[in-house]
Amino acid sequence: MPMIKNRDTRLTIWLLIPVVFVLVAYVLYPSLRTFFESLQKDGAISFGNYQDFFVQESKTNLEALWNSVYISILSVFVSALIGIPLAIIFNRYDFPGRSFFSTAAILPIVLPSLVGVMAFMFLYGESGMIPNAMKDLFGLEKVPFKIGGVSGILIVHAYTMYVYFYMTVSAAINKIDPSLEEAAYNLGANKFKVFWKVTLPLLTPAIVAASLLVFMISMASFSAPFLLAGGYRVLSLQIYFSKINGDMEIAATQSVILSIVSISFLLFMRWYQNRKDYRMATKGIGAHRSEVKNPLLKWVMVGFGMIGVLVLLLPHFTILLLSLVPDGTWTWQTYPSVFNVENYRLLFADPNIFKPLKNSLIMAVIATVGNLVFGVIASYVLVKRKFVGKSFVDILVMIPWALPATVIGMNLVFAFNEPSVFSFGQILVGTYWILPLAYFIRHIPLVVRSTNAVLEQLDDSIEEAARNLGAKWFYTFRKVILPIIMPGVLSGTLLAFIESVGEFPTSVLLYTISNRPISIEIMNQLRMFNMGQAAAYGMIQITLIVIVLFISNKFFGIKAEKAL
Amino acid sequence: MASIQIENVQKAFGKTIAVNHLNLDIKDGEFFTFLGPSGCGKTTTLRMIAGFYYPTKGVVRFGERDMTRVPPEKRNTGMVFQNYALFPHMTVFENVAFGLRVRKVSAADVKGKVLEVLRKVRLENYSNRQVSQLSGGQQQRVALARALVIEPEILLLDEPLSNLDAKLRDEMRAEILRLQRDYKITTIYVTHDQAEALSMSDRIAVFNYGVCHQVGTPAEIYNQPANDFVASFIGEINLLPVQVNRVEQENIAVTLKNDGEPVKLIVHNHANEGELNKGDLAVSIRPEAIRILDTAEDQTNVLKGKIEAVQFFGSIVNVLVQVGHVTLRVDVLNTHEFGYFYQGKDVYVELPEKQLRLIPVISGDAND
Ligand SMILES: Nc1ncnc2c1ncn2[C@@H]1O[C@H](COP(=O)(O)OP(=O)(O)O)[C@@H](O)[C@H]1O
Ligand SMILES: [Mg+2]
Repeated sequence: MPMIKNRDTRLTIWLLIPVVFVLVAYVLYPSLRTFFESLQKDGAISFGNYQDFFVQESKTNLEALWNSVYISILSVFVSALIGIPLAIIFNRYDFPGRSFFSTAAILPIVLPSLVGVMAFMFLYGESGMIPNAMKDLFGLEKVPFKIGGVSGILIVHAYTMYVYFYMTVSAAINKIDPSLEEAAYNLGANKFKVFWKVTLPLLTPAIVAASLLVFMISMASFSAPFLLAGGYRVLSLQIYFSKINGDMEIAATQSVILSIVSISFLLFMRWYQNRKDYRMATKGIGAHRSEVKNPLLKWVMVGFGMIGVLVLLLPHFTILLLSLVPDGTWTWQTYPSVFNVENYRLLFADPNIFKPLKNSLIMAVIATVGNLVFGVIASYVLVKRKFVGKSFVDILVMIPWALPATVIGMNLVFAFNEPSVFSFGQILVGTYWILPLAYFIRHIPLVVRSTNAVLEQLDDSIEEAARNLGAKWFYTFRKVILPIIMPGVLSGTLLAFIESVGEFPTSVLLYTISNRPISIEIMNQLRMFNMGQAAAYGMIQITLIVIVLFISNKFFGIKAEKAL
Repeated sequence: MASIQIENVQKAFGKTIAVNHLNLDIKDGEFFTFLGPSGCGKTTTLRMIAGFYYPTKGVVRFGERDMTRVPPEKRNTGMVFQNYALFPHMTVFENVAFGLRVRKVSAADVKGKVLEVLRKVRLENYSNRQVSQLSGGQQQRVALARALVIEPEILLLDEPLSNLDAKLRDEMRAEILRLQRDYKITTIYVTHDQAEALSMSDRIAVFNYGVCHQVGTPAEIYNQPANDFVASFIGEINLLPVQVNRVEQENIAVTLKNDGEPVKLIVHNHANEGELNKGDLAVSIRPEAIRILDTAEDQTNVLKGKIEAVQFFGSIVNVLVQVGHVTLRVDVLNTHEFGYFYQGKDVYVELPEKQLRLIPVISGDAND
């Protein structure tokens, strides 16, 4: 009798082997390599680097850590202040255009982070269009305001991150059983009291979850500090500088510390969300919105809605506008004067300009195909199979989500700048393959999670029915399981694809001159003040994202943004 | 077609033993029912026959073939799942054709066979529908057609009617029986509904806590329950804990265990009762077997009592009669004029000797 008597067990093992291999090789091992690197000090193993980090005289590192935490806390507050009221207004009141405004509220997602930051620079920066327009309009001596440093980072964070509050709180509001509030009114409480004593407490879990999420994302934020921080140091940026300066051990130490902060937040969040939550015991009752009756108030709200949408769309328009300004035609003037599609023509006509786009697309396809195959197998094993150590595999899958992109980049540097078993004896850093690998790792959690969501909906008896009718496992998987879960899987995978196309933080740490992705080229063009060309790249990305969201909504009936 | 032998089978999930010491011999072409309360191991047993679980101990045979560890796709059983498990991305036709296509049946044959079976389940006009567009009863019939079209040796049905409303349930019951007779296919039917089991089955196996307590025809199970669990799970019954006084060739004399004055009964000695010396005993009698008399005509097993309550059910009248310290449930056909039985009336009850059975008590508290 063979050791493994049950063929289902054997199948589980065969499926687990590649999954565990990939996770150990490209998630766990690189993290451990970074950790070992951080223990190297003057050729010996010690905690010396950590000692330096915390007690160093110049205190730059400690200051950067503090700055990161400070910015993140502020980002949580500002995002909450925008996102929570919007969620409440859009889900509780009915007024003309409400549904349009509530869809528009997720517009910031349709902006790759690097492109978004660039738009903010041109809108509100030193030579930005808004401050300069105000200067001219009011005949001022100087620009009335400009963003940069902390305020710059904070505004970009608020713009992109309020969406997390908006979406989680909206979902929570729609789950509140209206009878709870009605009961409170019935007992004689006024509107104000009901809100503070009933509604808000019911929303607390969602608010806490969103706060943790925004905090993590702010800690990891790279593009905004990279372009806007000026002299302001945050930890994610420090890692990059340490690497550029060749202080590898310090970069490793900084990475480990940033990872520890992020992973503790991940664990705290898991714990918080897994608590038994009595508050949301009743299921989707549906929104109950009260119509705004007062005509003045109604139109004031519509007016604010319009202005809000305009502000949300300004960055997109700015990129569009910039992309239509040929490079070299807008130098000393306050406003551009020449508009045409020269940048787009060059993009497709000049092979040198087209190459980064092509590189990014090809690498994103490679990474995404990897994500698709890996995601489907990993998710199937995690959801449908029983095995020992499942929660360990589960955590490994989630780690790339918790780790800041910069750290993932550094992990790969440390793991694959020398030959290893996992790179089949090759040095990967400096080759073509390091970037697709980085993109792949970055998006493992996204694809696995969106696949888990559909697989959990799929009743086990469907698979059993197929096998009962005589289908072998693989046939069942191809003909029954895959077709059923494909829409959900594809919407997650397409998101991974567009994120890979725009990926900046890992690219900047790992790219090679011969294989520059689009984000690096945007950075280079910005350095050479070729705004138009950079903006044209940005527009291509925005278009891709719009297409993907459209396809997901239209054909898969899935709100792709949910997977974020 | 195949017979099924289950020999000494046990199935454990970790520390829980879901099925234990199971021996069943299901005949070719038989309609066999697993009956028992929820959680008693019916589904587990069915899934061991389908191959979704392998027994921890014991052997499963189809005819002469040992199937104990054969994977599900090689067993040629047709299973109808409780939730139907229709493939949501396929039409009715494609669902039914699935098993044939797996078997590489030619396209023309697939078409012929699918349409034939769809006609049998009266869905020939629905073959191009998406399964989500069907009603519950129609989905049920697609599931049946899908299981039948592969000409399985064994048809397995796990509580197939539990998701339907009462009227559809009656209709589908008849439909399933008709198809089973038509195809003469060995069928195992799982249910917790004793009425369903009694009305449909050739034979029934009654389960509780992973143990099979009795196998028999519906009449045997009802009239000659093996113990107090079977007796009380199927239909209504009066169970009276007793002590045996004397055993004779023809009958047995017993005394009710009861704190009032001793009540003695004579019970017919059924040949199959070898367990008289083991453990607690009770006599059982169905409510419809007890007769209510105005006078004590005969001396054996006639007891004096008082009517405690009367409930009118239409075709029968249910009379609760207090005898000493026990209450007997008596079902009387609705043939007397209204008001004949009333609360507080003094009556005599006769417990006919042949209808009383002495059975072992296994569940601890025999009287309810
Ligand atoms: N896959 C399983 N893992 C662990 N325990 C199980 C599993 N399937 C069934 N059981 C347990 O075995 C017992 C019998 O279950 P089941 O056969 O489903 O009962 P029934 O179908 O009669 O309601 C129950 O106690 C149940 O909890
Ligand atoms: Mg069951």
